[in-house]
Formats: sequence, structure tokens, C-alpha cells
Amino acid sequence: MRLFSIFKDILGNLVKGPVTRNYPAVKRAPFPGERGKLVIEEEKCIFCGMCARKCPSNALKVIRQPKEWHFEQFRCILCGSCVEACPKKCLKLLPRLPEE
Amino acid sequence: MMQINETLTLENQLEKIGSLLLQGYRFVTMTVVDKGEEFDIFYHFDLDYKLTTLQLALKKGSELPSISGICFAAVIVENEIQDLFGITVSGLAIDYEKHFLLAEDAPAQPFCRVPGVGVTAVTTDGKGNMTAPAAAVSNGGAQ
Amino acid sequence: MSMLVPFGPQHPVLPEPLQLRLELNDEKVVSAVPVVGYVHRGLEKLAEQKDFIQDTFLIERVCGICSFMHSMAYSMGIEELMGIQIPDRARYLRVVWAELHRMHSHLLALGLLADAFGFENLFYTIWKIREEIMDAMECTTGARVMLGSCCIGGVRKDISPEQAKFVLEKLANFEKMFKRSSEVLMGDYSVKERLVGVGVIDGKKAYELGAVGPSLRGSGIAKDHRMTGYAAYGELGFEPVVENDGDCYARTMVRVRELYQSMNLVREALARLPEGELKTPFKGNPSGEAAVRVEQPRGEVLYYMRGNGSDKLDRLRIRTPTFANIAPLLTMLVGCNLPDVAVIILSIDPCISCTER
Repeated sequence: MRLFSIFKDILGNLVKGPVTRNYPAVKRAPFPGERGKLVIEEEKCIFCGMCARKCPSNALKVIRQPKEWHFEQFRCILCGSCVEACPKKCLKLLPRLPEE
Repeated sequence: MMQINETLTLENQLEKIGSLLLQGYRFVTMTVVDKGEEFDIFYHFDLDYKLTTLQLALKKGSELPSISGICFAAVIVENEIQDLFGITVSGLAIDYEKHFLLAEDAPAQPFCRVPGVGVTAVTTDGKGNMTAPAAAVSNGGAQ
Repeated sequence: MSMLVPFGPQHPVLPEPLQLRLELNDEKVVSAVPVVGYVHRGLEKLAEQKDFIQDTFLIERVCGICSFMHSMAYSMGIEELMGIQIPDRARYLRVVWAELHRMHSHLLALGLLADAFGFENLFYTIWKIREEIMDAMECTTGARVMLGSCCIGGVRKDISPEQAKFVLEKLANFEKMFKRSSEVLMGDYSVKERLVGVGVIDGKKAYELGAVGPSLRGSGIAKDHRMTGYAAYGELGFEPVVENDGDCYARTMVRVRELYQSMNLVREALARLPEGELKTPFKGNPSGEAAVRVEQPRGEVLYYMRGNGSDKLDRLRIRTPTFANIAPLLTMLVGCNLPDVAVIILSIDPCISCTER
């Protein structure tokens, strides 16, 4: 039985300073391949609708005539099914939301 | 593939399950599948990492005798079955009267495959507007 | 004189809404009745509405803590129905992510337990350590919890040698930091005072009531579904962690020792990672019935699925570990003091979203 066995950690924490960052002033660089936001290169898109059919959360909708591609950000679960399904490789997931 | 080890009837259900428990089987869970005319009820047991499944066919509308008297572990799942499939389970150790998982105003028997009963998925037009299919609309709790 | 106390659904120590109606005699609990249903989402029904490939991502969201193992169990079931043999590399990668998930889940549970008995400093320390594991997962898959890396037929992402090196570095950090915290958890007076002899359930009773995972192994019964050797577990050497006392301390110790075990499993799996494909391509739709079990951080999960040859499943049933642990929990609570109720609930590591799906 020991008392105050965490004391060493507490002292260490006092000396070392905070573990956390001063977010949003200081931001950690995202890992490569981090899934943050879905973007489309519209000039490459052929409006086949493959992405909308594969989407598990119905976040996408493609209309062939007139050519429209709708994306609902808040329904997206960032799984990346659409990116894999796209025959023209015009969809991609960017790390993190872009700066305002 | 799942193997069904034995088929039960309402008469020998308690006896067969009781004998399994005495042999040292651990109750895993129960599964209900709606097959239209009747329900398939599976009792899953485990012994030495092997799954043993007993099947019981239950006509819609008839009562299911509870096994919670001999196996208390089943009380939670039997209450869930009462809620989601509307099967009345008789002789429950703790009876929540069909409001275990579901709230008072929830749709009744949501997991049954009866047209007009239960829940239906809505579709979105990609702009945030949602529409329910016109053919089958949720019954909104009224039975 | 007895009185009725509603414990929850909003209680400072509970991370998720669960109510226990406690019947008290003075300070002693006479009986407890659970009231659930606050987070029921009907995911089993929703899974019938989507096609079986989309379901992989839906199923991952059953639980916010052990998400990878849910998608792994689901994929294993569909693979069984369709007779898909997954590549060796995928089997090892699944072990890596599953064990990383087990580590982060156990650390989360230990932290919450420390919080429940008022040891805030330990709580923050353990959650600080957990960040190392989260980084390892984020680096390899691109997300912290919802990895989305498991799919039917294999895995969707690869671990490159640099990423493997990063994971090993993070594990070394974890080992160094957790060694100190585990000493506190194992030996500190104030921890033992709150955990030893509280919420005792003997092995026979726990087994009868269908307990799974650390709740069962803490009572001296060596049941760990990984022993059946699914994924690559059959080729990696390990033994189930067992403690005999059946109290909160024993269950905590099972988690502490499993953390080291998982760490070794990740290291071994990464060291033996075979080269090759990530995914077996497949065609067609599932038909037939399958029941698959996988060991999650909280115990074994059962997936029952029935396919009818179309792209939508007829029925998907998920029996999550906390669902099985509720009945033993009610037995543990009988006879304990009111202040210990919170500690006992957190000692089974409840996941209510899992339970209600």
C-alpha cells in the first residue's frame, strides 16, 4: 500500500508546462491522408452518379440533365466510398477543413 | 454459415433450454427474424467457443413463454423483443410492458415487416430537404 | 425503511445516458432496475434499408469507441456468407487496428473509472497517454475513431514502413508513460480503498448470467474469443488475461494487463506483417445465415445476419457486450453502498449506445 504514488507525475506536470496546444492559435500539422473534407474537380466530372449510389449517408446527389452535383457537408461521414467509386478520380478528401 | 442444432416447439422449449444450461452452456442471446407468417426465434448458447443455436417457429399473434425464470440473462433481450417485434413474452422476471427501448410515443413494433407498420427510410435531395416515400408512411405510434 | 433513488440518466460519472432505479435500505442497495432507451437509433432496421457494402460504414457507427471491431465482425460475417478468403496482409492489418482500438478503449475506461472515484489527476494522466494511441490510429488511417479502414474482403488502407515505425514509436511512448500510471492503478492506497472488495461477483454466477469480456475474466473464467483464432490471432501467441477476485479491482487489473498484451500483439503483428494484396475482389450478393463472434474491449459481440441473395440484408442482429453485461451488473450492485454504485457501473465499462443500437 502506497500513498501519493502519483506525486512524481504531479511534480513533473508542474515543471513541464501544458501538454495541450493553444488552439486555434497553434495548430498541429495534419497527418498525410487525413480525412477532413470532400472536394470535387468539376471539369473532370462526367456526372455518372456512381458516388451518389455508393454514399452510405445520402450526402451526394447527381443530376445528369442539367448537369448538377450536390453535396451536403453535414450529412457526409467522410468514409471515402465516393472517392474509391469515382471512375474519373475527380473526387478527393483533403485533410481538415480549410482556413476561413 | 450458422448451424441450427435443434428445433424447439412451445411445449419442450423450457425443458430443452434448461437441460442445456445444466450442461454448462452460457446464454449468449436471442435473435428474432420476421418471416411474414411467423417469427423465427433463435436461442444462441455458447460452450467452449462453439455456438449452439436452437430454433423456435412462432406463429404471429401467439405468446412466447419467457425463459427468464430459468435464465435471468434473457430478461433484457426478451424485453427488447417485446418492444421491437410486438411479441408478447409471458412470465418475464422484469416486465417493461413494451417500453424498454422505445419511448411512449415511438412507432409500435418497428422491426416487423408489415406494410404501414414500423419505420421507413427518408430520402434527401442533396440540399437538406427530406422526403418520405409516399407508399409507406410511419404509423407514428398509433396501432 | 427503503426508498427509491433514480441514478441517472444524467449523472456526472456516466459518459452516456443510463438510468438505474435503485431501491435503497439506508445506504445499502437492495435491488436495481435498469431503464434504457435514451439513445436507441434503430440501426439494425436501418441496415436493412441500405445495401450490404454501405452497411460496413453504418455498422462502424454502432459504437463510438470500438468502431473498428464492429466493422470487422460485420465484414467477417459477409465474408463467411459469400465464401471470401481475405489476404494474409489484411488479416494482420485487422489485428493491428483492432488491438489499437482495444488499447484506446481500455485507456478511456480506466480514465473514466479514475474519474468516478474522484482521482482526477489519474484521469487526466491516462487520457493524456490515450492520445499516443489516437495519434497512431490517425497516422495510419486518417481518422481518430471512425477508422473506416475495414471493408468486405479485406482492408482499405495500408500501413507503410514509415507509418509502422511511427506506430512503434508511439507504442514505446505509451509503454513508458503507462508504466507509471499502472503502478498507481495497481498499488495506490486510495485506488485500492475504492476498488478492492467492491461489486463482487463469483465466476459461476457471472457465467450463468452471461457476462462477457473483462467482467467474466475478472471472475476467474478464461474466456476470450480471440482464442478461436479469427483474423490473425491464431498465429500470434497470447493467453487470456485472468484475475480471480471478481471485484472492481480485478476487472480493472484485467484491463491494465490487457493493455500490455495488446501492445505486444500490435508489435508482433507489425513485425510479422506479410507482403501482398489488401483486398480480395468479390462479386454477387450474400445469401444464407451466419453468426459471427468477435472479442471487443468489453467482451464478445455477436453478429447474426441473413442474406436473401439481393443487395440488402434480410436481418442484421447485433448483440453487443454491454447488453450481456447488464444482467451481471444488477447482481453486482445488490448489497453495495450508494457511493460505490458509480464505480461498479464503470467497472464493467458500459457502452450504452452499443447496447441500444
